[in-house]
Amino acid sequence: MSNSSTSKKSVLWDWLTTVDHKKIGIMYFFGGLFFFTIAGLEAMLMRIQLMFPEMSFLHEQTYNEVLTMHGTTMLFLAAMPLFFAFMNFVVPLQIGARDVAFPFINSLGFWLFLFGGLLLNLSWFTGGAPDAGWTAYAPLSTTSAGHGLDYYIMGLQVSGAGTLMSGINFLVTIVNMRAPGMSMMRMPLFTWTTFVTSMLILFAFPALTVGLLLLMMDRIFGGAFFDVAMGGNVVIYQHLFWIFGHPEVYILILPAFGIFSEVISTFAKKRLFGYSAMVFATMIIGFLGFMVWAHHMFTVGMGPIANAIFAVATMAIAVPTGIKIFNWLLTLWGGRIRFTVANLFALAFIPSFVMGGVTGVQLAMSAADYQFHDTYFVVAHFHYVIIGGSVFGIFSATFYWWPKMFGYRLSESLGRWFFWLFLIGFHLTFFVQHFLGLIGMPRRVASYLDGQGLNEMNFISSMGAFMMAFAFILLVINVFVSRKNTDDVQDPWDGRTLEWATTSPVQEYNFAQTPLVRELDAFWHEKQFGDGRMKAAEPLDDIHMPNGSILPIIITTGLTVASFGVIYSTWSIIILGLLINFGAMFVRSIKEDHGYHIPVSEIKREQGEGK
Amino acid sequence: MENLSALDPRGPVAEMQFDLIMLSTYVMIFVMVVVFSIYIYVLLRFRERPGDTHIPEQVHGNRALEFIWTTIPILLLLILAIPNVMDTFTLADTSAPTEGEGVEEEEEDVLNVEVHAHQFWWEFIYPDHDINAGQEMYIPTDTRVNVELHASDVIHSFWVPALAGKMDNVPGIENEMWFEAPDEGVYFGKCTEICGASHWLMDFKVIAVDEGTFSVWAENMAEPDPEIVEGEGEVAAQGREVFEGNCINCHAVGDEGGAQGPNMTNYGEREVVAGFLDYTEENLYDWIRDPDALKPDNEMPGFDESAISDDEMDALIEYIGQQRVLD
Repeated sequence: MSNSSTSKKSVLWDWLTTVDHKKIGIMYFFGGLFFFTIAGLEAMLMRIQLMFPEMSFLHEQTYNEVLTMHGTTMLFLAAMPLFFAFMNFVVPLQIGARDVAFPFINSLGFWLFLFGGLLLNLSWFTGGAPDAGWTAYAPLSTTSAGHGLDYYIMGLQVSGAGTLMSGINFLVTIVNMRAPGMSMMRMPLFTWTTFVTSMLILFAFPALTVGLLLLMMDRIFGGAFFDVAMGGNVVIYQHLFWIFGHPEVYILILPAFGIFSEVISTFAKKRLFGYSAMVFATMIIGFLGFMVWAHHMFTVGMGPIANAIFAVATMAIAVPTGIKIFNWLLTLWGGRIRFTVANLFALAFIPSFVMGGVTGVQLAMSAADYQFHDTYFVVAHFHYVIIGGSVFGIFSATFYWWPKMFGYRLSESLGRWFFWLFLIGFHLTFFVQHFLGLIGMPRRVASYLDGQGLNEMNFISSMGAFMMAFAFILLVINVFVSRKNTDDVQDPWDGRTLEWATTSPVQEYNFAQTPLVRELDAFWHEKQFGDGRMKAAEPLDDIHMPNGSILPIIITTGLTVASFGVIYSTWSIIILGLLINFGAMFVRSIKEDHGYHIPVSEIKREQGEGK
Repeated sequence: MENLSALDPRGPVAEMQFDLIMLSTYVMIFVMVVVFSIYIYVLLRFRERPGDTHIPEQVHGNRALEFIWTTIPILLLLILAIPNVMDTFTLADTSAPTEGEGVEEEEEDVLNVEVHAHQFWWEFIYPDHDINAGQEMYIPTDTRVNVELHASDVIHSFWVPALAGKMDNVPGIENEMWFEAPDEGVYFGKCTEICGASHWLMDFKVIAVDEGTFSVWAENMAEPDPEIVEGEGEVAAQGREVFEGNCINCHAVGDEGGAQGPNMTNYGEREVVAGFLDYTEENLYDWIRDPDALKPDNEMPGFDESAISDDEMDALIEYIGQQRVLD
C-alpha cells in the first residue's frame, strides 16, 4: 500500500529484511518473550526440585545446567531484548526521528541476538547445557566436561556483538537525530535512560568479550590463563566478568527507571518532579556502576583495603537511587492518580524495589557480606531488584505502549488479575528466601537435606513460583483475547511525549513532518497550550527511507556457523562460516543503496485517511 | 537449625557480623517506614476520584526537599559505613595477638589450621600438630583459630554460619580468616561456591571440644594406637587387609596411606558417611559399593563384589568403625 515495491513481497520476506525500527522492536519483543518463557520454565523446574528436601526430580548435573541457563537466558536473552524492544520502538518516536541512525546495523543487532540465543540453547540437544552458573567462574568453567560451556562462550559472543552494535546505534541516534527544539534537557526520561544504558553497554560489553575470549582460549585452544598449574590466575576472570557484570545490572534497571518515569508522570497527570535531578541521578548511577564491581568478590580474598573501598563506593549508589524514589513519590504527590495496569506495575515497583535496594545496601557491607554472600539472601536480593525493577518495568511498558505497537489495547480487567497474582506470587517466592539464606542455605544447591529447618520456606517459595507462572499465562491469554479493543488507541492515556502524537499503528515514516518541540513533554504542551497537534518543523515533502536488506541475516548466519565450528574445533566449518560472513559484508560494502522516496502525494493521502 | 544459622551466632566473629546485620536492618526498616508512609499517603490522598477532571499543577521540583533527601541518606550510610570498615579490618587481621598490647600471655595460643577443599570434601591439616583430618575440624573452645584456605581443583567456599562468615578457597591463592568458638558443640559447615554436581552435598563439621579433649584428640590423631590401626580382633584384622588391598592408596589411617581421599584415622567417630548420610553400616556399605550414585561426580571409585566380597565388606566396615581416637 505505502509503496509498490514492498507490496509485492511476502509478509515473511518483509519481516526478514526489514530495517524499520518499529518492526525490529516488535521482533525483539517476541524474541525476548520466547526466551523469557523458556527461562521461566527452567525456573519452575528448579522450584519443583526444591519444593521438598532431597528431591530427585532433577539429577544434580541437570539441575546445574538448568540454573545456569535460567540466569543466562533471563539476563542476556529475555530482559535485555525486551528492553531493546521498547527502546527500538519508542526512542525514535520520542525524539521525533524517522528511524535510528543506522537501520541496517539495527537489523544486524537483532539477528545476532536471536541467533546467539538459539546457538546457546542448541546445547540442550547436543549433549548438555553449560553448568557453571551464569557467571561461569574459572576453573569450574574451563574444566567443565562436554561442550556446554563452549556453547555458552560462543552463544554469548554472538549475541553480545549484537548488543554492542545496538548500544552504539542508540547513542548515535539520540545524539544526532533529535527533532528541532528537542534539546538534551527536553528529552523524555526513557530516552535519557536509554542513552545512559547504551553508554554502559559500550563500555561494559568489551570486558565480557575479553573474559569470554580468554575462556575460549583455555577451553578450545589449550590456553592457560586460568590454569593455576601453568601460572594462571583464576581471580582475573572474576574481575573481567564483574567489570562487565555489575554495569550489566544497571543496563537492566536504568531502562526500567525510564519507563516508570514516563508511566508515573502520565498517570499522575503531572510533569516529572525534579526532572534534572532525575537525569543527573541516572548519570551518577551509570558512572558509579563501573566503580563497584568488586563487591561481588568480597570473599575472594582481596584484602580489607579493597573490600572497604568497594563497600563504601557501593553504598554511595543508594543516594542517587533514593533521589529517584523520592522524585517519583513527589511526582505522584498532588497528582490525579489513575490505577491502570501499566501504572499498577509502576506503583508496585516502588516498595518492591526499595526492598531490593535496602538489602543491596546490606550486601554492600563487606563484613556482613561474608555471611550473605552466595546464599539465598543474595538470590532474594537480586530477584527483588530484577523482577521488582526490570520485569515490572517490562510489564508496565507492555501495557503502556501496547496500543502504539500493536494497534489494540490489552484488557485492563484481565490485566489486573495478572498484576495481583504476579505481585503476590513474586513476594511469596522471594521474601522467604532472605531468611533461607541467613539460616544456612547456600545458593546454587541442587537440593537441601531434611531436618535443617529449610523445608517450610522452600515449599512456600515454590508455591509463589507457581502463582507467578499462572499469572504469566493470563498475560499470554490477554494478548489474544484483547484484539478487538481497537478503539481509542492513538493516545489512550493522555500521553505527554511525542510517540503519542503519531498514528496507531505508526506509519513507517513515523512523522509526516518532523515535529517542532517547544517544551519538555512536548505533546502535553501542545495539548494544553496549543491546538493539540505538534507544530511542523519542515514543509511536507517526499520522505527518504532506507531499503530493506536480507544481508543482516546472512552475515549473522555466517558468524553463527563459524561459532559452531569453533565449538567443535572444526576448521572447515569455521572457514565456511567466515566466508559467508565476510562475503555478505563485502556485498554490503560494494553495493550502492540509496534507499527510496515516499512521494508527497502518498503521504498526503495517508494523512487524510488518518484524520 | 541450631548451630547452622547466621542469625544465631555462637562465636565472636559471627556475633560481630550479626550485630552489623541487625544494625543495618534497623536503619533499613527506618528507611522503609519513611518511604512506605509517604507512598501510602500519596496513593490514598491523590487517587483519581469519579468525576474529577482537574489538571494538577505541573510542579518542576523543590530545591530544599531535594537537598534533604540527598543529605539524610548520606548520614544514614555513614552510620553503616564506619562500623563496617572497622569490622572489615578486624576480621582480616589474622596476625596472632602479641604480648604487651594488653594481651595476656595465654591468649597467644592460636590454633593454625589449613583448610584444603576438594571436589567434594574437606581436608584439615594442622601444621603444628602434624595432623591430617578429613571432614571434621576439631578445635579447642575459647581459642582463636586461624585458618588458611586452599583449593585443589575448582573454587570452593568455607562457611560455618554460626561461627563465621565465609571465605573462598581459590586455587593458587592462600586466603586467611579467623574465628573462635566459646562453647563446645558441633557446628555445621557448607561449601557456598558452586563446584560441580555434588556442590550441595559438600558439608563438613567444626567440632569444638574442651582443651583437654582436644589435646587427647590431637595426640592420638598424630600417633594413633597401633593396635587399632592394625585392627583389634580377627574380623577387624581381616578388614585391615581389605583396607590395605583397596583403600590405602587414597585413604590414610595414622601416617600410612594416600591423601587423595579423606583421612580415616577417626572415622568411627563420624556422625555421617560421605559428609551427609547417617552413619549406619548400610549407608557405609552402599557408599563403598557405588559412591557416584550417592554423590555424583566425586572421585572415589565404586567397589563391586568382584573387588570386595560381602564378607570382606563386613570386615572392612568393622575395621573402619574401630578407628576412633577419643575413647
